[in-house]
Amino acid sequence: MKLNGLTIRQAQEKLETGEITSVDLTRACLDRIKAVDNKVKACLTVCEEEALVEAKKADARRAKGELGDLLGIPYIAKDNIMAKGVKMTAASKILENYIAPFDATIIKKLKEKGAVLLGKSNLDEFAHGASTENSAFGPTHNPWDLERVPGGSSGGSAAAVAADMCLFALGTDTGGSIRCPASFCGVAGLKPTYGLASRFGLIAMTSSTDVPGPIAKTVEDAKIVMDAISGIDKNDATTVNTKELSSEASELSSKRVLKGKKIGMPKEYFNEGLDEDVKKFVMKAVNEYEKQGAEIVNVSLPHNKYGVAVYYIITPSEISSNLARFDGIRYGFSDKESKKLIDVYKKSRGKGFGPEAKRRIMLGTYALSAGYFDAYYLKAQKVRTIIKEEFDRVLKEVDCIITPTSPHTAFKIGEQSSDPLKMYLEDVYVTGASLAGLPAISIPVGFSRGLPVGMQIIGKRFDENLLYGMGIAFQGATDYHKAKPELK
Amino acid sequence: MNFKKKEIEHIANLARLELSGEELDIYGKQLSDILGYIEQLQEVDTEGVEPTAQITGLENSWREDEARAWDDSERINAINQSPEVEEGQIKVGRVL
Repeated sequence: MKLNGLTIRQAQEKLETGEITSVDLTRACLDRIKAVDNKVKACLTVCEEEALVEAKKADARRAKGELGDLLGIPYIAKDNIMAKGVKMTAASKILENYIAPFDATIIKKLKEKGAVLLGKSNLDEFAHGASTENSAFGPTHNPWDLERVPGGSSGGSAAAVAADMCLFALGTDTGGSIRCPASFCGVAGLKPTYGLASRFGLIAMTSSTDVPGPIAKTVEDAKIVMDAISGIDKNDATTVNTKELSSEASELSSKRVLKGKKIGMPKEYFNEGLDEDVKKFVMKAVNEYEKQGAEIVNVSLPHNKYGVAVYYIITPSEISSNLARFDGIRYGFSDKESKKLIDVYKKSRGKGFGPEAKRRIMLGTYALSAGYFDAYYLKAQKVRTIIKEEFDRVLKEVDCIITPTSPHTAFKIGEQSSDPLKMYLEDVYVTGASLAGLPAISIPVGFSRGLPVGMQIIGKRFDENLLYGMGIAFQGATDYHKAKPELK
Repeated sequence: MNFKKKEIEHIANLARLELSGEELDIYGKQLSDILGYIEQLQEVDTEGVEPTAQITGLENSWREDEARAWDDSERINAINQSPEVEEGQIKVGRVL
């Protein structure tokens, strides 16, 4: 197998025995990017020279006897995460020439561990979307079928991992943006519990649900990355100290411990609108868990159907506030012709933002405006409470909840980009865990007409270990995660 | 709900967005569609339900309010991202 096709775990073994170096690994990834990214278009920036410098440093650290799961491992970060000295566009014209002045906390942590940043990946502008078609720099193509979307908004990250351009990637998830592309591209994507990893140095979208997380080739790799980037951070007051949380993932991977675990199946997630093949493969995966000793429990989340409506009030509201900082004055695109201050604001923003960002700013501004706050924002925050309590109640009875990640497999580029409401409904299975702040992972569980099918496992707050255990148990018994796209 | 052109112009002004006539038409229609979908929230009985803003239940997260030294090159690079800088400061047009 080519080096760029390795998992983190496999590469680490070869690095430790001295069979390969980080420079070899990094070169293999850079070569792969050069060979295939003209078709996939996953990367917005490739830092070839810097990556090779970092790889040499990692090799030198290893030569001195240092060990580490991520030492010398090449990765790609979504382009809404700051890496010092590297361009960060958020896939927007308004930040086209922005150079990040400092590292995001999660980038800093990975640097300290010796991971090698290869470049920055494409996304829907400001992470607003479910297909990566909203990028100001053009869509990313799904490696399993180049005419289809990779999902979004972390579509570049998921496509890069699926096409073996890197060993793992970082994404961000606000209402499905890691899980949806992981599902469409056939890789593992973890949205951690809100507050597990720092948001400092990420472009704020919906501050009350934004989380950074890993996209990886296996669940085991996702765990390695998540462990590296999580932790309390003074620069993000919502991060939580989780040191006391137990680690039972490795135990769980054996059949003995899966025995007696209760899996909740919410009937509302298996209703009309769900593709038959997707349903079939998710049920097959659930049967595998049953075979391994888990107990299946039928549960109900009746208010979950309001998740998308709640999400598309809360999200645009927080976006309209968070994107107010793009004023044409402090950074980003500025319209030079305007003389009056108000015209600088209006023209810079009018020309700099793309259609979806503008739509969300307009929607949020309306929802928060005088006379409408109670009817929209406050109402949505109250329904959010009901959705959260419903999940919490169910998760008292079961250890986790299994659902499809998306109602169908990847759709064609351009197929539904003209209808924003239809695109919002893509998020129907993924917004619930975001609104409730719960951890959720998407893993590949089959292929429908050559396209990956993703299954979502939702756990209790800060119980990522259960998700790892479930994922590792499934991947230990099946081979779906080993399939590679032909890039046609 | 259907927006009048004047209402959409008002929202765009509050949002500090200059939009073309065509954009005003499109967003007016799309916002109406989206809000029509969101209308279903009114079915939910939220009598006595508290709104949720912080999902993990954190209340106050204290830290000392102190000035911290920041790397000088990072500070300068941050300021230099501004379209107009003079003597290390961001230049803004007159407000009043």
